[in-house]
This record gives sequence, C-alpha cells and structure tokens, in this order.
Amino acid sequence: MANTVLATPEVPFESRGLDKKQTWWERLRKGDEVVHLITLAGGWSILVITGLLVQHLWVYSRLSRHAFGWHFLVDSTWDPVNGVFGAWPFVYGTVVTSLLALAISIPIGLGAAIFLAELAPRKLSNALTFLIELLAAVPSVIYGLIGIFLLIPVLFNVVPYFQKYFGWLPIFNGTFYGVSYFSASIVLSIMVVPFIISISREVLISVPVSQREAMMALGATKWDVTWRAVVPYARQGIMGSIFLSLARALGETMAVTMVIGNVAQVSTSLMAPGYTIAAVIANEFTEATGDLYLHALIELGLVLFVVTMIFNALARLLMLTMKGHEVVG
Amino acid sequence: MIRRLLALVLIATASVFAQQISLTGAGSTFANPLYSSWSGHYHAIHPNVEINYQSIGSGGGIRQLIAGTVDFGATDGPMTNEQLAEVQQKRGTAVLHFPTALGADLPSYNIPGVTATLKFTPAALAGIYLGKITKWNDPAIQGPNPGVKLPGSNIVVIHRSDGSGTTYCWVDYLSKVSPEWKNKIGVGTSVNWPVGLGGKGNEGVAGLIRRIPNSIGYIELIYAIQNHILYGEVKNSSGNFIEADLKSVTAAAAGATKTMPADFRVSIANAPGADAYPISTYTWLLIPEKMSDMTKAKALKAFLRWGLTDGQQYTQPLAYAPLPAAVVQKELLQMKKLQY
Repeated sequence: MANTVLATPEVPFESRGLDKKQTWWERLRKGDEVVHLITLAGGWSILVITGLLVQHLWVYSRLSRHAFGWHFLVDSTWDPVNGVFGAWPFVYGTVVTSLLALAISIPIGLGAAIFLAELAPRKLSNALTFLIELLAAVPSVIYGLIGIFLLIPVLFNVVPYFQKYFGWLPIFNGTFYGVSYFSASIVLSIMVVPFIISISREVLISVPVSQREAMMALGATKWDVTWRAVVPYARQGIMGSIFLSLARALGETMAVTMVIGNVAQVSTSLMAPGYTIAAVIANEFTEATGDLYLHALIELGLVLFVVTMIFNALARLLMLTMKGHEVVG
Repeated sequence: MIRRLLALVLIATASVFAQQISLTGAGSTFANPLYSSWSGHYHAIHPNVEINYQSIGSGGGIRQLIAGTVDFGATDGPMTNEQLAEVQQKRGTAVLHFPTALGADLPSYNIPGVTATLKFTPAALAGIYLGKITKWNDPAIQGPNPGVKLPGSNIVVIHRSDGSGTTYCWVDYLSKVSPEWKNKIGVGTSVNWPVGLGGKGNEGVAGLIRRIPNSIGYIELIYAIQNHILYGEVKNSSGNFIEADLKSVTAAAAGATKTMPADFRVSIANAPGADAYPISTYTWLLIPEKMSDMTKAKALKAFLRWGLTDGQQYTQPLAYAPLPAAVVQKELLQMKKLQY
C-alpha cells in the first residue's frame, strides 16, 4: 500500500484522469466510473418506473378495455351494480377544475413572484418567501378542511350575488350547494399558487443584471424593464412552474373530493357538483368488488396518465411556438 | 465457534416462532374498532397469539382472502356466489360467513326551524333517494309527522361517495322496501345514485348535512351516537316507528333468526319484529373451511369461538349491537364445519 502512495506523485497532476489508456478498473478506482454508473442508474430508473407503471395500468385494465373500448371515454354512466362504466364525467371534472385553478392562480402567482423578485425590499421578500414555502408543504387534507370550513361558508354568501347578476351565463346558473367545480378550483388554486410563486421568484431573481442594465440604458421605466427584459428572459422557468402546478392540480385527490360534491355528472355550470378521476379512484378503490369494477378504476388511472401526458405535450408545443416569437420580438 | 453460535441463534429463533402464532386478517373498516379491541383483549389472554387486522375495506378484504394473502377476511356485505366459486377454485376451500356484530344506518337531516324527531316511512325514504319526492312538505313525509311544520323547500339528498358497508346497508334496505329501487339501482357498496351529493365517510356526510340547509343523508349508528347527531325514526315491517339504538338493532337480528339461511349470508333489512329497527345489518368474519397450517388454523378457530362468546361483551362499549343468543348458538354449531 505504502509503495503505491509514494509512487503516485511521479505522475504529473494535470494529466490524471485525462490519460486515455486508463483501464476500466482504474477509472472505477478514481471514481469517474462510479459516478457515471450511479447517475446512469438514476436516469434509467425513471424510465423503468414509468414503463412499469404504464404496463401495470394497461394489463390490469384489460377487462374494462375489452368490455367498453373507446366508449369508456365518452360514456357518462358509472354504475358499479350493473357493471356499466364510463369515464367522461370524471375526465371533464378533472380538466375543468385544473384549468380553472390555473386561470385563477397564474395571475396571482406571477404577480406575487414579480413583486417579491423585483419590487419588494429584500428582507420582506425573504420573509414572505419563507411563508410561501411553508404553504407548499401543507398536507392537502388541510386545504380540504379549509375549503369546507372557511371557503364554502363564504361562497354561500357570495355566489347568490354572482348568480343574481351573471346568472344568465350558463356557467353560473343552477342551484348552489357549496360543493362544486368552482369550490374545488379555488381550493386547487390556493394549493398550487405557492409552487408558481416560489419557482418563478427564483427564476426571476437569477436573471442577469446585464439584462436589466441594458434595458435601463435605453431609457425604459422600471415596469418596462421587468415586463420586457426580465420576464421574457425567465419565461422558460415560469412555464416550468405552471406545468408543475398543472400536474399537481390534475392529480390532487383529497382536497378535491372534500369540496367537489362527488357526483358523476357533466354540467356546464361551474356552480354544480362534479367529480374528478383521482377522487373517484380514491373513493371507490378499497370497496370495489368484482374484477370488472376494479379494472374500470385502474383504466381511470390510465386515462389520468394520458390526460396528464396530453397537457404536458400541449405545454411543450406552446413553449416551442413562443420561442419562435422571441426572434421576432 | 461462529458457526456454533449461529446455529444456536437459529434454533432459538425457530423455537420462539413456533410458539408465536400470528394471524392476519383484512377487510371491513366499519368493524375495525371492534376487531382491534378483540385483538388486544385476546392477546392479553393468549400472549402467544398475535392478530393483525388491516382495515382496508370489505372489497379489499374479500380480494385478499381470495388471493390467499390473509388468514381471514371481514366484510359488511356477504360474498357473492361468484366470489365463493372463485375462492373455491383458486384456493380449494370453501369460505364460511360468521356474523360478529350488528350495525345500522339512520336518516339524519337538517331542516331550518325543525328540531323535532321526524318519522320516515319506507316509501318516503325510497321516494327521496329515487328523486321522486323533492319537497319536504310532500304528503309522504308530512303525513306521519302531523305535529311538525315542514317547509316547501327542495330536499338536498346526500350519500356516501366512498364505497362502504354503510351504503350497502342503506341501499339493501331501499331495495327491500322499493321494487323500483331494486330494479333500477340495485345493491352494492357503491351505486349509480339517481340524485344527490356525495360526502366521504360518515364525517363527510354529516358535515354536508350540517352545512347544507334542507338536506338529508344516512349515517352509521356508531358515528351518530358518538357525535350526538339528530336523526329520524323509521317505520318497520310491523308498522311501528322505531328509533335506532343497540336494542332495536339486536331485535332486528333476533327477528330474522328464524329465517336465517345455513350459510348466514342474510340481510336483516326490514326484518320482522315489533321492536326491530329496519335498516340494520350484520358484519361478518370470513373464515376458510380448510387451512394448510394447522397451528394457525387451531388458533383462528379458538379466536373465533372467543369472539362469538366472551368477545361479545366488547361490542356495546364501542356502540355495536351484540348478536342475539340464538344466532351465537347457530354459529357455534356452524363452526363444526371447519376442518381443523
């Protein structure tokens, strides 16, 4: 052992690791190969886990796929007693609540992120950011309880006014029971706003000072600098935060099932009760008797997976077109 | 030296495991407090027997029993003939049902200005849940409650959103008293509800009832007793309006004993008897007729016998209705079928 330690200084330090004649064993001993293998395993594991997930969902939904085919997606009947299953009300509820939640949370989240990164004093910004990160760590059942005990009583007082003045709009009519697509969307938006704020703020802060200085040199106002130099530069990161929020909203279970009403129907009115894919799986999986019923629930999981993939693909497409505009702008 | 030590350790652990018997069961969440209590009390008497009960839901319990991953199952709704055939085919043994305790559902409501105990007829409950009776002052509801001034507001129907034995009990009753319910909706742990909002768990349903004016929902008796919830009386098959309590639920089981089938897979909804509460149900343990591990089998049998006899004293403190004595006698006879 002592000999090898003494021998090493003879090799010039700079050339270590660059020597192409190194054997595999030498690279392994120096650690490069170890790191390579570990990170490679990490990368592969994601593919393997996703692959196994899809394979399992596919295999264990076969009875339902064979029985209903594509009708599963468009049928609205969910009747476990007679073995008739259709996913449309759940797909509809999932998409509507998630998109509405994003529509509410993007302006709030982005506004807050810009304030914290660009306008607020550093101390205030740090304190608020700490609170926001705390919000992101609150378990979803707590948000569900907030929905039931705080939000719904408020909505009971507010929604009648909405309906009085905007009731002619189909999205506001109908009887309001407190539990609804609308309530679920608001709870979801509260849940995802911390993600948007936290990530967007980080990205905005890391925009190079040169970007701002260049814009200021052209005589721009502070808002011009933020909106035309900083935000476009950080666009990718902001979009990333929105995707993450969308993913969380699509898959949220507990908070949604507590405030959406759990009714397998499709309503144009946002004030009506509905259901989502994740909620129905969580509600019915444990007591599902019979193989077809179980397979139908697993097929719902497959559908949710596909819905999430479609949304992600659309978002990436949107990013690509936006990059195209950047050249023009 | 090391080898000798290792061998000693192996022998020691083996002998410990030989004495220690671990029984695993899974199923009904409704009966979980009872089986947990039984498991604790039984372990105190027989320290070498460990009973692990996982409350994963009746459906899950039946599935695990069929797959053979548990020693016994527990359910709030009896296994279907197809399921019994499946377990016979997969595991080569029949499965016997043993009622262990009783539960009941009751109608709870929130009508502003009404604090009286309402009386419900079967026709009224079926009509409300079918969506045919939509106003609180409908003659079907107002008729049996002449002293109460019911409003003309719309009824908001509330049911469970999660699959559950509580729902099974409720719809089992509705299909017994309403042919229309039986044909259109049927019986199950989840059904295709014609009307209404879904709440998760008893607490979810109770929460919705409290928050939504003019609502009605069904709640498990234990939850209602523990949380002091206002609930109505229901007209039984003898024409009496009965309030749900442990006595009236046991009376329902006693009333149904005469017509009890040999395999105990019986619904006691709308059972005969002047004092019987009509929306009652058994909860069952599912025990395989044959088991490969004789030590385990003997321990399971002893536990079952204890639960049906001494174990019954733990039902009432947890607000389960105890089994009528006649049913216990029948079950002890049935235990002779166990081939161990």
